[in-house]
Amino acid sequence: MTLIADNLRCIRQDRVIFKGLGFTLGPGQGIWVKGKNGAGKSSLLRMIAGLLKPSKGTITWKDVDTQEEPESFRQDFRYIAHQDALKPVLSVRENIEFWAQYHGGDKVAGALKLFELEHLQDTPAQILSAGQKKRTNLARLVASPAPLWILDEPLSSLDTHYIDLFTDLLREHLEGGGLALLATHQTIDLQRVTIFDLDNLKGVV
Amino acid sequence: MSAFFRIFSRDVRLAVRQGSALTMTLSFFVIAVTLFPLGVGPELSILARIGPGVLWVGALLACMLTLDRIFQADYEDGSLDQLMVGTLPVELMVLAKILAHWLTAVVPLIIITPVLAITFNMPLDSLGVMALSLLLGSPVLSLIGSVGAALTVGMRRGGVLLSLLVLPLYIPVLIFGVAAVEAAIALLPAGSHLLLLAAFSAGSLVICPIASAAALRLAVE
Amino acid sequence: MAVDLHRFANPARFMRLTDAIFPWSLGLTVLLLASGLYYALIASPQDYQQGETVRIMFVHVPAAWMALSVYSMMAISAAVGWIWKHPVADLSAKAAAPAGACFCFLALVTGALWGQPMWGTYWVWDARLTSMLILFFLYLGYMAIWEAFDDQSKAAKAAAILVIIGAINIPVIKFSVDWWNTLHQPASVATMEGPKIHSSILTPLLLMAGAYTALFVTIFIIRVKAEILDRRLRIMRMNQVQEKGLKG
Repeated sequence: MTLIADNLRCIRQDRVIFKGLGFTLGPGQGIWVKGKNGAGKSSLLRMIAGLLKPSKGTITWKDVDTQEEPESFRQDFRYIAHQDALKPVLSVRENIEFWAQYHGGDKVAGALKLFELEHLQDTPAQILSAGQKKRTNLARLVASPAPLWILDEPLSSLDTHYIDLFTDLLREHLEGGGLALLATHQTIDLQRVTIFDLDNLKGVV
Repeated sequence: MSAFFRIFSRDVRLAVRQGSALTMTLSFFVIAVTLFPLGVGPELSILARIGPGVLWVGALLACMLTLDRIFQADYEDGSLDQLMVGTLPVELMVLAKILAHWLTAVVPLIIITPVLAITFNMPLDSLGVMALSLLLGSPVLSLIGSVGAALTVGMRRGGVLLSLLVLPLYIPVLIFGVAAVEAAIALLPAGSHLLLLAAFSAGSLVICPIASAAALRLAVE
Repeated sequence: MAVDLHRFANPARFMRLTDAIFPWSLGLTVLLLASGLYYALIASPQDYQQGETVRIMFVHVPAAWMALSVYSMMAISAAVGWIWKHPVADLSAKAAAPAGACFCFLALVTGALWGQPMWGTYWVWDARLTSMLILFFLYLGYMAIWEAFDDQSKAAKAAAILVIIGAINIPVIKFSVDWWNTLHQPASVATMEGPKIHSSILTPLLLMAGAYTALFVTIFIIRVKAEILDRRLRIMRMNQVQEKGLKG
């Protein structure tokens, strides 16, 4: 169960965002993608998730090219994006439930409990605070478990209590043999995580 | 298949909870159709003559106004990204959303059409064919519309462009939809027209989800 | 250096090729247009039914042909650009569109002018004219979608989807409109099919068709070159901005 990115190149509007990017991520390992604004952190994560086609290079999961067999790869990862993907008129539980079932999971109750959302479960998502929305969004990771987590700014709008809570969850995930690809501005206190700096990549081929 | 059904039922549920959108579409349809007697005069024979065409055009325009609902909200709140990284092939995901759109936005239009048809002095015998022609032809409106909606998703002022892209492609359905009703009014068999409408629907069912999926992949890039 | 140079390998070859063709196509355009117009407007006889108005046909019919074939050409190059990721193919579909739209517009205007003496009105919902009008709308939509995207490579793909869907629909639209027309109009109205083909008619018609094709090729080459240069310019500007950013 290894994720290998090889010689990735990202071009947006004729501008090269990054090129010659490669890494190997094995079970129990995490990669923390760093870089300035516009360095391509989100682009890299979207590229791994298959939303953005690399102009060049390959992404391999379990020895299979993810572009050739995207469906089997998609089963094995969860992607947390900037946006919360919550429907304002659905309740917290309905939101989590929909994404869990869509990704083939059913651990909704456990997810609500872990992220301390039980008392909010029947609240429509439109009246949640930013932090509560983020937790509802993150709850998807627990409600429909997958070995690879792709996390784009998972800590934004969380207070220290929930940052600690999520750090513990991530640590547990990695210790259990999971993989994580993470982009965040906040500092995160984790071992087993390699730092990958997009700013120092330029010129490296 | 369960993921397909999940999306379908979620979209239907969202449409039901946001009932105001449906009310607005129906109101638009009724008002747009009402303008015609006011514009051309209340003479019953003229109204009966233009009735099928007016109703079809009205339904077509009302449907077009709802097309941005298929993908726009999901694009804006990030749901589209999540839907596209599910295990369901994007083409089927699109199809589930189109079906939900058709059921929640187009079928209500079809249901009130007979009432409007009566105000246009159309013979009662033709109301069945009117509804049937819409029922068989309107999936094309949702299907072709989904391609336009996917191409313009996330655009500022996408609505005007959407109509420019989609309306010319609606013409064949309009022609045969109206022809079926006119045949029924003239007491001629309308079966062949209805079959053609069904054929258009079947053809679009194959092509449009593929094109929409390709356009959506482009949109999330 | 933040330029992706491999993209221009193909356009460069394309530019060399078009540079070689251009003088010939330009010469051919002048030659064919001059002789075609001479035959069409002066040398060919009047039609016994239509009189002098038959001459409008020599401008109208080839324009209609061109409008349709340019759209087909766009659909084919869009498909090529989509499947083989050939950058020139996308650009050629884009470059051809305004020329095709102009031919379409020309066909509509000349059709209306022909209609005035023949039908007594400038516009009749004749099946051919109506189909041409719808084709014109398709052209407008195609050009509008190019304008709507900031990212040119995205625009190319979106436009390709649209033109392919349009091309699939054209036969259906044509069939529907023809059928609609026979339903609503008695056959006694003169159609735009014109008189029986006679050699005196055929010569100018073919000459004009050839002239239009050559004219299209000439305009097409100019426009594709302009597109390629425009693209290069944009990339150079972008690099300038980036370099300034690095220095500052």
